[in-house]
Amino acid sequence: MSQAQTLERVADGSPGGSRLAAAAGASRIHFEGISVTYGETTVLEGLTLTVNPGEIVALIGPSGSGKTTALRAVAGFVRPSAGRISIGARDVTDIAPHERNIGMVVQNYALFPHMTVAENVAFGLRARHIASRVVAERVPACLDMVGMRAYAQRYPRQLSGGQQQRVAIARAIAVKPQVLLLDEPLSALDTQIRRAMVDEIARLHRDLPELTVLYVTHDQTEALTLADHIGIMRDGRLQAFDRTRPLYQSPPTRFAAEFLGRANLLAVSKFLPIAYGRARVSIAGMSLEARNPHSLPPERRALLCIRPHHLRLAAASPAANRLLAAVESVQWQGEVLNLSLGIGDDRLLMTCPPGGSPPTIGSRIEVFCDPADVSLVPEDADRR
Amino acid sequence: MPTVADIAAFCTLPRRPAQPPRGLWLIAPSLVLAVLFFYPLALILRAAFGEEGAPASLAAFREVLGSVLFLDGLEHTVVIAALSTLGCLVLGFTLSMAIAFVPFAGVKFAGRLIDAIISLPTFLVTLAFTFVYGSAGLLNAGLMREFGFALPPVDFLYSQWGVILAEITVYTPFVMRPLLAAFSTIETAQIEVASSLGARPWRIVGHIILPAALPALLAGGSLCLLLTVNEFGIVLFIGAKDVITLPLLIYGKAIQEFDYTSAAVIAVVNVALSLALYAVYRGVLGRFGGARAGLV
Repeated sequence: MSQAQTLERVADGSPGGSRLAAAAGASRIHFEGISVTYGETTVLEGLTLTVNPGEIVALIGPSGSGKTTALRAVAGFVRPSAGRISIGARDVTDIAPHERNIGMVVQNYALFPHMTVAENVAFGLRARHIASRVVAERVPACLDMVGMRAYAQRYPRQLSGGQQQRVAIARAIAVKPQVLLLDEPLSALDTQIRRAMVDEIARLHRDLPELTVLYVTHDQTEALTLADHIGIMRDGRLQAFDRTRPLYQSPPTRFAAEFLGRANLLAVSKFLPIAYGRARVSIAGMSLEARNPHSLPPERRALLCIRPHHLRLAAASPAANRLLAAVESVQWQGEVLNLSLGIGDDRLLMTCPPGGSPPTIGSRIEVFCDPADVSLVPEDADRR
Repeated sequence: MPTVADIAAFCTLPRRPAQPPRGLWLIAPSLVLAVLFFYPLALILRAAFGEEGAPASLAAFREVLGSVLFLDGLEHTVVIAALSTLGCLVLGFTLSMAIAFVPFAGVKFAGRLIDAIISLPTFLVTLAFTFVYGSAGLLNAGLMREFGFALPPVDFLYSQWGVILAEITVYTPFVMRPLLAAFSTIETAQIEVASSLGARPWRIVGHIILPAALPALLAGGSLCLLLTVNEFGIVLFIGAKDVITLPLLIYGKAIQEFDYTSAAVIAVVNVALSLALYAVYRGVLGRFGGARAGLV
């Protein structure tokens, strides 16, 4: 029996456990025109967003963009000044946090220091008056899921940061919440542990596919790895929201392109839409073919978005879609070679595998980009 | 060519001038303590075992400890101290919770007020109580005027309860100050996560806040207990009938009756009581993690 099946059995196989089970489809999160203001300051403005059952939606954005406020509004720790929030069919806008049936994991773990790992995980179950027999089964099952069963009798201060965060996740899922809210859960961990924890969370969601997750982070890698949809926040507004891959491949705004992954954004002097959703683009006197995913008309000002790893040295590439550039700097970083190229007044960053002999600084090279990998971005779409 | 000895001499740092033994630093404060504290204490101890020149005897102890007056004083002292401390803990915890966790305008002012009350002399609160709850105080005067009572209807002030209320008022800030410091170290995220897990406010107070604040609560409570056991000014100022505590008894025996031997015996018991409470305080604090908090 898998760990997920064990959890289901524990949750549904007893009178106490049935209280933990969320109704199928009852875990949708819906923001309807949510605004949050503190005095004269608006920190969240008219957020309308839906997280469907079983999805992971990541909200990303710089500090002060309103992403954490949105999450805290779902948790009930921030009262919206306008709009409604619902979880499943229930409007929770005016409901106290302890009645919302959510699980929450925060950046600094927030484990209860005077309780053992097992007591921490059991806390939510006891708070919900779940039968002791169910608690006794569910706590080890949840600790198993995050690989912390051997540490059940330890105190938080005896654990590493990564272990503490595992316990925090086990504590949150133990109550079988309708939705799981993750607020920068990996920000306090170092890079290697963070990578491992991203894998852990991905595996956890595979084991609990019905779990709806709202994941707030400023780390694009976490968002790209885990999320089904990504929302990009800026200045209290949702700038962009889409499925992860299309959002990355066809960013709708300059800000979205720059915040989600690295992007070269080149000024387009003119472009002409052609067949199959593409456009012929002129840059610094050179012509390229690119996707036009937002169907921009030729009179709109546009930027050409090229991801650094989508550029290739042109020697073994097709003859079309090439750019002639001057090499301005070359940086070897072990597994990758970073080239800084000059094209007219624009700078172009390119990354490529370090094999062969790298171009020399000052030389002129041709680089190729596949039309499917480059897209037009409206230049003024994110201006307010 | 330099010899090994030359190199060794070159590499060796010059010796620091000889320092006086560390124990010497203790001599001056020890002398001050001996003159101002231990010698008078020894005199009291000696006086408790009989008059000067006479052989030491336990006769005074037998006589005083068996007297109804002493037992009555001991009972009052313990009851007043225990109930006052309990009141301080309950009131102090409640007020501290409100100040720390309930956002309201004037939180900073409330904090400053606590510091101000700590700095006030104890008799001032007692005097204020007399003006408000005394026989001719505002409350009684108002009630007699409005309802035509012949005698002051509120007379708790001149009983044991008046002393307890005054001591609670004076010493509650002594519980609140360490509690507020402890509350400020509790992560808001812990409370929020507990709430998200389904815990109601009372469970959060009982299972998250109280355990975190327990060392501070014990420290403040123990301090209150020590202070109330030895409280003299409040009891004397209220002048409650039939409420005799050990410090008051010592004052009566020594100053009013010139019975220094009995006064010394009661003082020894009072000191022993205080030291025992202090030992319990240290023990309990160590048991509940005060050592980690640097309190023991």
